[in-house]
Amino acid sequence: MTSAIQVHDLRKTFGRTVALDGLDLEVATGEVHGFLGPNGAGKSTTLRILLGLVRADGGSATLLGGDPWRDVESLHRRIAYVPGDVALWPNLTGGEVIDLLARLRGGLDEKRRADMLERFALDPTKKGRSYSKGNRQKVALVAALSTDVELLLLDEPTSGLDPLMEAVFKDAVREFRSGGGTVLLSSHILSEVESVCDRVSIIRDGRNVESGTLTQLRHLSRTTIDATLDRPVDPGAITVLAGVVDAVVSGEHVTCSVESGHLGELLDVLGRHGIRSLTSAPPTLEELFMEQYRPVEPEAASHA
Amino acid sequence: MTAATAPRTAGAPAARAGTSGLTGTGTLVRLAARRDRVLIPVSVLALAGVVASSAQATIALYPDLGPAIDAFRSTLENPALVALYGPISSLTIGAFSTFKTVLMGAVFLCLLAYVVVRRHTRTEEEEGRLELLGAGVVGRRAPLAAAVLLSTVAVVATCVLTAASAVAVGLDPAGSIALGVAWLTVGLTWVGVTAVAAQLTETARGTAGFALGALGVAYLLRAAGDTAGDGSPLRALSWISPLGWVGKVSAFGQNRLWVLVLGLLAYAALVLTAFALLGRRDLGAGVLPSRPGASRGSLGSVGRLTLRLARGTIVGWVVAFLVLGGLVGSIAGNVQAFLESDETTKMLRRLGGGAGSIVDTFFATELHVAAVAAAALGISLVTRMRSEEASGRLEALLGAPVHRDRWALAHLGLAVAATTLVMTIIGLVAGAVDGSRTGDVPGSIGSLTGAALATLPAVWVCVAVALLLVGAAPRLTGLAWAALIVFLVLGELGALMDLPGWLIAISPFDHVPMLPGGSLEPLPLAALLAVFAVVAVLGLTALRRRDIPA
Repeated sequence: MTSAIQVHDLRKTFGRTVALDGLDLEVATGEVHGFLGPNGAGKSTTLRILLGLVRADGGSATLLGGDPWRDVESLHRRIAYVPGDVALWPNLTGGEVIDLLARLRGGLDEKRRADMLERFALDPTKKGRSYSKGNRQKVALVAALSTDVELLLLDEPTSGLDPLMEAVFKDAVREFRSGGGTVLLSSHILSEVESVCDRVSIIRDGRNVESGTLTQLRHLSRTTIDATLDRPVDPGAITVLAGVVDAVVSGEHVTCSVESGHLGELLDVLGRHGIRSLTSAPPTLEELFMEQYRPVEPEAASHA
Repeated sequence: MTAATAPRTAGAPAARAGTSGLTGTGTLVRLAARRDRVLIPVSVLALAGVVASSAQATIALYPDLGPAIDAFRSTLENPALVALYGPISSLTIGAFSTFKTVLMGAVFLCLLAYVVVRRHTRTEEEEGRLELLGAGVVGRRAPLAAAVLLSTVAVVATCVLTAASAVAVGLDPAGSIALGVAWLTVGLTWVGVTAVAAQLTETARGTAGFALGALGVAYLLRAAGDTAGDGSPLRALSWISPLGWVGKVSAFGQNRLWVLVLGLLAYAALVLTAFALLGRRDLGAGVLPSRPGASRGSLGSVGRLTLRLARGTIVGWVVAFLVLGGLVGSIAGNVQAFLESDETTKMLRRLGGGAGSIVDTFFATELHVAAVAAAALGISLVTRMRSEEASGRLEALLGAPVHRDRWALAHLGLAVAATTLVMTIIGLVAGAVDGSRTGDVPGSIGSLTGAALATLPAVWVCVAVALLLVGAAPRLTGLAWAALIVFLVLGELGALMDLPGWLIAISPFDHVPMLPGGSLEPLPLAALLAVFAVVAVLGLTALRRRDIPA
């Protein structure tokens, strides 16, 4: 497996603000990689370092085998970038901006340009100042998706898009990947990441906290169990089990969360009391996410 | 708001039916005053201070004007100086010590009125902040009313303070009041002009075009009117131009306070027009319609993009310099016709330091002023880099295979080329017009174009300073303008304010040869070019090393 992006121990501070504090990130060629984190976690800073706009204070970043700070021009011919908040020149039309950005990259695919304009329902004759936020976003997306590049860097690209356009965007990303392209998609819209990404990295306070496929990440987390039994069970018998938290036992009814590795032991205990009904829900990405960002407080630890 | 339901019903905005549309004006005035709490007081104090300090310096220099007055008479009535500074109102110390500041100060006061009105009307509207305010309990007319009120207060405060400080330094009280009235006349008019300009187009830049364009036209009309011969119908031009009214008040001369009526009428008519236009348009729209643009673009490089974005600005400056060149060239005839006494020549040389004929000295002075203007063009083109960066547009551009050096060089190159273009134009046009009078067209064109081009190294130093600020201290980019104003003040008023020579020498324009007429010393020009190159390279290096956005 070759890597399109390799980031190791990346550090960046702005004044007294630590934006990146030893970030690791690996994006394999040909995958759609979700880059998750709340506002201020360091997602945009990472992308700006990868674009050579911002220089890292420490660590290393490799983009398509090159140095993002030194090899600006040669690398940028092979990538396209969509910023999170697209600003356009007020007196240039959307069409002119799309053509400009494409020409700077060395030309665009006419068929794809027309196709994308139609799918995103974008009027290219309007001046930059008269586009709404969503439409400005579409201009940048059409520009990025109409060129022949290997890697897309997308910084919260769907902010301001309506759900219909979000669907168009997801389709376009899947097509890009099936054509062999790599995507780094920074987002905090979990459903979007869940439906298009092969792997995700979750970052917090400028550090990578989790990385892997959704299945792997789920495995690391807890499954929610809701069971009704034939015979009442002693609450102590449940809470004593390793990996079980948040257990609520009231006679025959048991709800709890259990770490995936200890699911079997819990089911053994429940089975001895006769299972009448059982629902087991794997964690949603949202729960994974919330889990990573649950504030680490001493009280929270004593409750567990 | 109510008016939004009947956006273009001619003459009958719904707002008028129920309320005055002025609800919330007080709050908006306070908001605007809060945002301008530095800008307005500093500008007001600076304007009053420059008048008072330069008057004081003159009084100190000539405690007894008696013997000097005849020597100055012919100089001060010289058409070249009249074109630049307006007519001298009388041969008293009051008129003499405010000769340079009356009209120049009036121009700066107009700029203050324009900046305040535009900031709180079209800029707010274009940025979408007015929408946020408009959704609150705010009448449709309140934002414009607040902007007009605040700028009116600023103008009145400037005039009162200036008159008071003129009296304080010992000038004739009646003349000082007339000076305040002269400024009030034109300052209020520009509040009205900008209020109308803000209604015409959708953009703050368009507002700037109309308001500043009108200021330029007013300046040129009065220059033509003030320098026209006695009995010439052209003299009426000074009565048409609001900036001409400043001279017509004749502060420290005839003290015609009634000219203020013209200003008040213009103010009332323009402000009412602005409100009428406001009632006929939608929020965010302009009276002049915007058209759909091209669906395809032909821009393919950073250089082309930079040129395209600056196109309108450059075309405007080219037109202005064509007019200026024509004016300078034709006024030279008046200068020639003017009594060429020994006294005059001696005085002009002392003022300008030139060595050639009186016409040469005139041209050299005018070309230096044009060079400062060209530097303003250069700075505006380079400081665009900062607004491109701050707006986030640069990020999209540098996401494409564009090295930031190339982007910076495109701006630097454009500034150098544009300033060269406008200075060449003024030299060519002034030379052609002057040559048709003297009969030696190629000779005039050659010497004036050469003289105009000889000022360029100083212009480029200003451009490089702007680039250095963008590269090394992007948040302080505005200091480039402060530097130009300092250079301008040092060059125009440094000698008058009795500043030491080394301080005046800070200005790159101090090292430009007095051409035509003077001698061309290669060393200062080479030094200026070297400073330009070094500062520009420092700017590029700093830009290369820093984060974007900074």
